[in-house]
Amino acid sequence: MNLGSTPLIWVTFFPLAGVLVILLLKSEWKKAIRWVALATSLAVFGLSLWVLAGFNSTNPEPQMVVNQPWFTLGGNVISFHLGVDGLSILLMLLTTFLTPLAILSSWKAVDGNVKGFMALFLLLEVGMVGVFLALDMVLFYIFWEFTLVPMYFLIGIWGGERRVYATMKFFLYTMTGSVLMLAGILWLGLQYGGFDLTVLTAAGNIPPAAQMWLFAAFGLAFAIKVPVWPLHSWLPDAHVEAPTAGSVILAGVLLKMGTYGFLRFNLPLFPQATLTLAPYMAALGIIGILYGAMVAYRQKDVKKLVAYSSISHLGFVILGLFALNQLSLQGAILQMVNHGLSTGALFLIVGMLYERRHSRQLDDFGGLWKVTPVLGSLALIVTLSSAALPGLNGFVGEFTILTGAFGSSVLGSPWFAGVAALGVILAAVYLLHMFQKVFLGPVTHAENASLKDVNLREVLTLAPILVMIFWIGIAPQPFLNLISPAVGKLAAVVSAAGPLLH
Amino acid sequence: MDTGQFFNLAPWVVFFPLIGLVINLIVNGRLGEAFAGILGSAASGLSLVISILLAVALKSHPEAMTVNLGNWITIGNFAINWGFRVDTLSVVMMLVVSGVGTLIHIYSIGYMHMDVRHNGDPSRFTRFFIFMNLFIASMMLLVSADNFLMMFVGWEGVGLCSYLLIGFWFEKGKDGIGNAEAGKKAFITNRIGDFGFLVAMFLIFWNFGTLQFDQVFSQAAAVAAAHPGAMLAITLFMLLGVTGKSAQLPLYVWLPDAMAGPTPVSALIHAATMVTAGVYLVARSSAIYALVPAAQSAVTWVGAATAIFAATIALGQYDIKKVLAYSTISQLGFMVAAVGMGATVAGMFHLITHAFFKGLLFLAAGSVIQSVERGEMLAHSAEVDAQDMRQMGGLRSRIPLTFWTYLIGALALSGIAPLAGFFSKDEILAYASGNHVAVFWVLAVAAFFTALYMGRQVSMVFFGEPRSGAARHATDSPRVMTIPLIILAFLAVVGGLINFPGLNWLESWLAHTLGETTPATFVWVVALGSLALSILGLLIGWLVYGRKPLKAGQEDPLKKPLGALFTGMENKWKVDELYAAVIIKPFTALSELFAGKVDLGGIDRVGNGLASGTKAFAEGIRKLENGFVRSYAFWMLLGLAAIMTFILLS
Repeated sequence: MNLGSTPLIWVTFFPLAGVLVILLLKSEWKKAIRWVALATSLAVFGLSLWVLAGFNSTNPEPQMVVNQPWFTLGGNVISFHLGVDGLSILLMLLTTFLTPLAILSSWKAVDGNVKGFMALFLLLEVGMVGVFLALDMVLFYIFWEFTLVPMYFLIGIWGGERRVYATMKFFLYTMTGSVLMLAGILWLGLQYGGFDLTVLTAAGNIPPAAQMWLFAAFGLAFAIKVPVWPLHSWLPDAHVEAPTAGSVILAGVLLKMGTYGFLRFNLPLFPQATLTLAPYMAALGIIGILYGAMVAYRQKDVKKLVAYSSISHLGFVILGLFALNQLSLQGAILQMVNHGLSTGALFLIVGMLYERRHSRQLDDFGGLWKVTPVLGSLALIVTLSSAALPGLNGFVGEFTILTGAFGSSVLGSPWFAGVAALGVILAAVYLLHMFQKVFLGPVTHAENASLKDVNLREVLTLAPILVMIFWIGIAPQPFLNLISPAVGKLAAVVSAAGPLLH
Repeated sequence: MDTGQFFNLAPWVVFFPLIGLVINLIVNGRLGEAFAGILGSAASGLSLVISILLAVALKSHPEAMTVNLGNWITIGNFAINWGFRVDTLSVVMMLVVSGVGTLIHIYSIGYMHMDVRHNGDPSRFTRFFIFMNLFIASMMLLVSADNFLMMFVGWEGVGLCSYLLIGFWFEKGKDGIGNAEAGKKAFITNRIGDFGFLVAMFLIFWNFGTLQFDQVFSQAAAVAAAHPGAMLAITLFMLLGVTGKSAQLPLYVWLPDAMAGPTPVSALIHAATMVTAGVYLVARSSAIYALVPAAQSAVTWVGAATAIFAATIALGQYDIKKVLAYSTISQLGFMVAAVGMGATVAGMFHLITHAFFKGLLFLAAGSVIQSVERGEMLAHSAEVDAQDMRQMGGLRSRIPLTFWTYLIGALALSGIAPLAGFFSKDEILAYASGNHVAVFWVLAVAAFFTALYMGRQVSMVFFGEPRSGAARHATDSPRVMTIPLIILAFLAVVGGLINFPGLNWLESWLAHTLGETTPATFVWVVALGSLALSILGLLIGWLVYGRKPLKAGQEDPLKKPLGALFTGMENKWKVDELYAAVIIKPFTALSELFAGKVDLGGIDRVGNGLASGTKAFAEGIRKLENGFVRSYAFWMLLGLAAIMTFILLS
């Protein structure tokens, strides 16, 4: 195999090179370890741009494919099958984009066992990129489970006071879903004589009755990951206890593995079940939008507030996925990226506040815009992006999702989007509440009067995200073009299943 | 020279203010106040220059032109451009926004110089001009968009600027948080309206297949015939958006609180321009509204009811800016009623003249307030509320320039001939008298109230004897503030010429965009009748408040004769309290219920219950397996068991 022609192998496994170097360094050489981790993750980002450069956005099929038989299970071949298409390319880029920023955010925040932290972080990146690129179900499952281990330790070792409780909860919830997914994968592979996702999708011969329970098995794993209401209760705890970098990646990437799973497995493999269950899934998404927003509004811990806001935002993605037309699906994929950017940035800001004040209680803040004007202004932009202000990234995603859902023939009623649009009001309620509690009003606590404004490193951590927030808000077309053909193909697969249903 | 070339300059109405704010952001006050202020004003001024050039171009090429800057979002047949529509309607708005906007920028150089010092943070001077330029850019985007979605960008953009500028002194106000709260209230209330706008856009897209103005309007008749229900829904949801942005019943409640912002903000955003966006939206969509009579009458009645409702509250206020705020709500009601009735030109006419005289009144009020604040410093008197009219009095001789300009604004607003407000209001009344008699009477009474509360205000502020040391020592404002006042006063006097009866310039100018409208008629009976009502209102205001001026500490002379009625007006009919009880409290309680009992007490417990049940089970297994497992391994085992089961089963 000629490695020069396989950028996907490089982008997936290059972080291991960094891990290797870090393992060779002495634990006391913290600075060197940090730089190696950062350089590795930047190199991976560069590699992902190399993938992007070679990506043909008019082709709906997986590209730059690597496909090697790996081992067999019950006489069925399991392949090492990687490929990138319109459904995955943005999420892969999001992963490689956020990882260096997350590492940069831990520069000062993580001081104990830097070696372990950075090594695990790079390992985590392998798993995440692998999940988005894998086209063999078993390989997907391996990457999927592989992300759990580093995250388990990242929360469990570098987390807050209740880190053990939180990380165990995170682990158990995710595993519960994963087991069912594994059962589904094995059943499919053995039943249809292979684990190759592309083959299985193209065949499209899973009987509707089996589709229903397969949808449930896979769907539960993904729904827990997203998380879809009411399976979300692991998320606030995990976020609150996770170190900043962990939260950024958790919200930015790991949750997207759930929505991506629906996109990659449930929609194309079980189209009849998808069509039947779409209104129920959309309804759960809408409950998530409204419920997440209302619960976020009443939080006293700013990190919990942002965590619940994720539930609300991902409700939009679920709605878009199950409205099942080109507009809503493209909006949903873009919104996955948008949520990764804005919520990632919100967690970075919460981390900066915590480093200064060692508190995340809203009541401990107030008036910071006066004390830290640059941080305040950056936080304002990020908050507005999260609130889907037109001209910023969040709006493009939410508007296309809602418009698509409004006329969705699968959902069959404008009420879904109409009710979901109320989330736009609620987002303003909880986000402006948050901004006001932290940054507006007089400085009421003496400790806050002398907080330092952002330093250069922190600006560098946030600046790339801000650029993306404006870019996607004003000129999203390059991003939409990347995903358009693959979504077109997916929508065609699902709608072709329609006649079979009736 | 072919003036048609000018059309290509259209995007610069947005770019210039953007450039201004970016430079100010980078310089960040290092070059001093003068630089920041002049740069901000120049950026807005260049927008005005472009607007004028566009108007010149339209003079010779009156058909609409679209300048496409590029694609924004394209997904399948959903295609939205960054397209600038130059037509006679959008250019009128551009001229008003950048014209009045530039004057207010200049005025702000003087006003904010004192304001930042009075509030103890001179470093915030630059920030003010950054926000103001952002506002001009957003407002220009709103009025120059050639599709609903791009208009919505400006629509929410101006809302953001409003939020930022209301809370400009975010550490001040009631309990230190009052200003920030007012900003938040404005944003959220507007979002409720924006929800309506959004749903209207969803409906438009799925019924018309586009959000482009010209394509929507050209299909309007066909769609109205095929889907009358959808058309009704579109227009009513849009009306919800209008009530938010243009502060109409039931969403007007944010505007009075918005007075927490510095006074130039109140003048520009909360009187002259932003709040007229709803009027502009209905005018822009008149092709749709004309096909839905039910929606038209809904718009009309919302406007008329707001006009009279807010006018009554204005009569019971003591804060000089609150009177003007409720007056603005009331006048916006006139405009909304006008565009609702289909009298689009009359509505636009009133929008323009109102921008002149209400902008003037607010700026003059700002001058009054700062004069009193200066007096306060000179008098070393006890702290007074510099906006409370009960603390004023006798300012006529102390700040003559402000007084005369204020008086002109007040007379124009009251509808005294031949000032601008007389002609524009009369056109609305004349149209109503011929088409909606009930609306006519409601508006006529509102007009009477207008004159009454202005008579009251002018008397209380400028006549009689000063009721505080601060007022006694008041001194007039610097020239950078008074010159814009004089220019606006001039416009408030001659603004009526724009659509002078018989000449009807505005009418023929807008006809290129709106199509042939029924020409405005000048009805002598209505004109003289409304003039008489105005004079009567002013006269009563003068008799009650001017002839026998208020003494310090004396209660309002209308309080006794009007009794509970006046208390109602004074307390704004308790609408805020009603909303708090009916909407905000239940919403908060429900959120609290979800966050507490439902989420932590219910959903979370179920998950943890399952976990502890499993744990107990695992403890049992652990014994069987000689203490071999931690959870991870245990689950892997379970997974393997599942695998085996399935392999065997299949």
